[in-house]
This record gives sequence, C-alpha cells and structure tokens, in this order.
Amino acid sequence: MADVRILTGNEAAAMGVKLCRPGVVAAYPITPQSQLAEILSRYVEGGEMRAEYVRVEGEHSALTVCISASTVGARTFTATSSNGLLYMHEQLHWAAGSRLPVVMCVVNRGVGAPWSIFNDQQDSLAQRDTGWIQFYCRNNQEIIDTLIQAYRIAESLYIPVMVCYDGFVLSHTMMPVDIPDGDMVRGFLPPYKAHTILSPEAPRTINSVLFPWRRPDPEGVLRDGYMEMRYKLEAAMKKALPAIQEANDDFARIFGRDHGGLIWTYRSEGAELLFSGIGSIANEATVAADLLRDEGIPAGVLGVRVYRPFPRQRVIEATQGARAVMVLQKGTSYGYEGCLTSDFKASLYESTLRVPVVDVVAGLGGRDVKAREIADAGKRAWKELEEGKLKTHSLWLNCYTGEDDAE
Amino acid sequence: MEQKSLKKDRNVSALCVPAKGEAGRTGDWRDLKPVIDHTKCIPSVKNRPACYLCWLYCPEGVVKMTIPVEIDMDYCKGCGICAEECPPNAIRMVREGESDG
Repeated sequence: MADVRILTGNEAAAMGVKLCRPGVVAAYPITPQSQLAEILSRYVEGGEMRAEYVRVEGEHSALTVCISASTVGARTFTATSSNGLLYMHEQLHWAAGSRLPVVMCVVNRGVGAPWSIFNDQQDSLAQRDTGWIQFYCRNNQEIIDTLIQAYRIAESLYIPVMVCYDGFVLSHTMMPVDIPDGDMVRGFLPPYKAHTILSPEAPRTINSVLFPWRRPDPEGVLRDGYMEMRYKLEAAMKKALPAIQEANDDFARIFGRDHGGLIWTYRSEGAELLFSGIGSIANEATVAADLLRDEGIPAGVLGVRVYRPFPRQRVIEATQGARAVMVLQKGTSYGYEGCLTSDFKASLYESTLRVPVVDVVAGLGGRDVKAREIADAGKRAWKELEEGKLKTHSLWLNCYTGEDDAE
Repeated sequence: MEQKSLKKDRNVSALCVPAKGEAGRTGDWRDLKPVIDHTKCIPSVKNRPACYLCWLYCPEGVVKMTIPVEIDMDYCKGCGICAEECPPNAIRMVREGESDG
C-alpha cells in the first residue's frame, strides 16, 4: 500500500533526508529553507531521527560541520538558500576538493541586493564552478526521490551534491508525494564508507599545502600536486554522468518512478520549437508546449535535471530536429547571458546542429512566470521563424526594459 | 628516473602521514642563520634547564631544550625570532656563508 501524503517541498525534502538516515545535520535557518531545518531539528529532538543536529551561527559553519563530520565517516546533510549559500561559497570548494559526499538542499531564492526573499535560481547557478553535482527538481515527488539518489551518487563518487528546488513555488506548495518505503531505501542506499577515516591510531595530515608539482613524501610515496588532485575531481565528475543515469534507472526499477536521469523530455517527438530549462520553470514550459500544440505549433520541452556535470551528449541528442531552442532560466551571467544558455550553445558546438538558441531570463526575484507567457514568447519566436529568420536572440520575460519608450 | 621506484599516491583527497620534513628540508630557505654564544646562553651559563624562550617562541619547533641549546639547521628558516627574544642577547643572526666569528 503506497504511503501518499500531501506535502510541501520542504516537508518532502525532510522526509527524504530522514529516510537516508544521516548521522549529522547542521543547518542555519533562512527563508525559504527554514521549514526544512525546523522539521529536521524536530525529528532529531523527538527521537524520530537518530542524528546529531549541530546548531551553528551561520551557513559557513553549517557546511564546515558537515565537512568535518563527513571526514570522520558520518553521512551529513545541510540546507540553505540565497545569501546563505553565498556565505558558504568558500566551504563549497573545500567540500568538493576534499571529496566529501555532503548532500545539501538549495531552496532557490534570489540574492541581494536589493533584498528579495522570493524565488529565482541565481544562488545555485552562481555555484556552478565549485565542483558540486547539481540537480534541479520539478516537483515535490522529485525532491524526495532525488535526495535518495543524491546520497548514493555522492558516496559512490566522493562528490558533494546539491539538490536544488524553487523556493515557494515548490518549497511552500503542497502536492501529493509518495513516500518511499524505508527498508527499500536501505536496500537502494548502501552505508557510507569514507575514503579516509581519521583516528588517533592512524593520524593523517589532511589538505596540507600541495605544491605545483608532484613530489615524494618522507615515506617514498609520490604525492600528487594540486593540479593532479583537481584533475581527480574532474575525472570523477565525468564518471558521474553514467553514475547518475544508473542511480536513476535503478531507482525507477525499484520504486517505479523515473525522473529521466540527466535530462527529461516532454512532447519532444517532432518538436521544432524546443523549450529548455531547469527546475519548476521547465515544468511550467510543459503547459506552454501543450498550449502551443493546441494551436498547431510543434513545441516540446527538454528539461535539464542535472546541470553539473552538464549532460552535453544527451542535450545534443534531444535537440535533433529542433528549429529553435528557447532556454528559460531564473538567473543570468551579467554582461553575457544566462549560463544555461551558454552551456546549451556550447554543447551544440560539439555537434553538426546549427540551431538558433534564445536566451530567456525569467522570474527573477519571484516575478511570476505563467505558462501562457512562456507560450506567447514561443509564439513570437515561431512567427519570426516562419517569416524566415529568428531575430530575437535574448529577452527578459515580463520585465519592463524601457524598450517601448523608444517606439 | 628516480620517480619510477616510488609508490603511487592512491588517495582520493590530499593527505599524508604527519612526518618530519613533509614539506622538504626547509632549512635551505634560510638567508640568516642563528649562532648561539654559549658563554651568554642561560642554560649553559647556569648549567640547568632554564629560560628556553628561544624554544618557546620558535615557530618551527626546531630548538631543542638541551644543555647546551641546539637548533636543527635542516629545518631552521632563519626567521630570527629566537635572536629577538633571547634575554642575554646570546643569539646572533649571521648571513649564510659568512664566518660565525
């Protein structure tokens, strides 16, 4: 008998964490993540979860606690949002460089200044280059399922994982969620085996200064230089692509839910106008694709579930047949374009496809993005295509840009 | 050539067994070396364990609490803190290659 409950995204995440049985949780509350931290502390206080909940004075410390606990062999969890994630930034590199499989929920929120508590994805997109795997979830079911997969992937490759989901849009919105069975989760997720266990009997110096070159230590072992250690992280990231797909497929076989692995598609058969995006905005685009299909425009969606490592090959395969791609993202790289757009274009460069890609920046600071508005933008692009050539290559959706003053 | 006989580093993250000289013989970083005048140095003069402020302040831990006081020149970087702290001014910093006298 399935255990289906009506849960917010934060509640679903908390349930997922509990099922994975971490030994140490450290989190500092920040909107819209707060509810997740509160539920976890209640689980620990009420004896529902046998973990140590470490109270900290900020996010930098929260991740530092997880790094330390992970180093001595504990499965760890933390969660944050927005400026809290930015405050962790240094430790993000530290966790990845130490190859510690910390799992963290990022409840996506716009970053200051100006202050916003509302949703966009600038916070985690700006952490792209820290060496963490990044998942973006579409709905609350995917949050709980992805958390379970995240621990298996992180611990098999020794790479930390962010499970990102949109603040309020998912974190505070209730949906039916099928809670996976605890024993089945235990079967899917083997216990964490640390790559190194620190103990007084076998002391180790960890993360000491590495030199630019490789060099023998006093025991006669040729130690890697800084660059070799960093290459090992990159090599592990390359292995993550098949490992993520395998974890997804195993999960689908055992639990009956397939979230697509690296990417997912919607009505992509014969789709000539393709929407792409990450997180809930890509989910919204599926409704836009339906609206356009009703009007005879062959639209579809290519959702990117894993942003790092970037599933280049899968993106190329899923773009075959498209005449234009509109990449939706709630964030941008100021002075250029949305980073998902850049990565999408760079992927296509590796193929023979020459498809125009439209950079769509949308929903910053919680600006609502309705399916109808995505569909309208799609319709305008389609009209340009039908008239011979796509002219609009970038736009800020639903944003007063002052351009109509010039008309 | 020498590297072929070395064992490979199998570590996932950067770590090593703590050992003396893990970062190489850092004494060769030195421009100035400390030279102790044992006719002034308190443990030598009093012939008992005393003072040892050089041992206390040495950031490298290369000063030995012995009579007479010894400094491990393989790892002394020549910072001169011992000479600065020495109450009877028994330690002089001498440029490497110059005569101790």
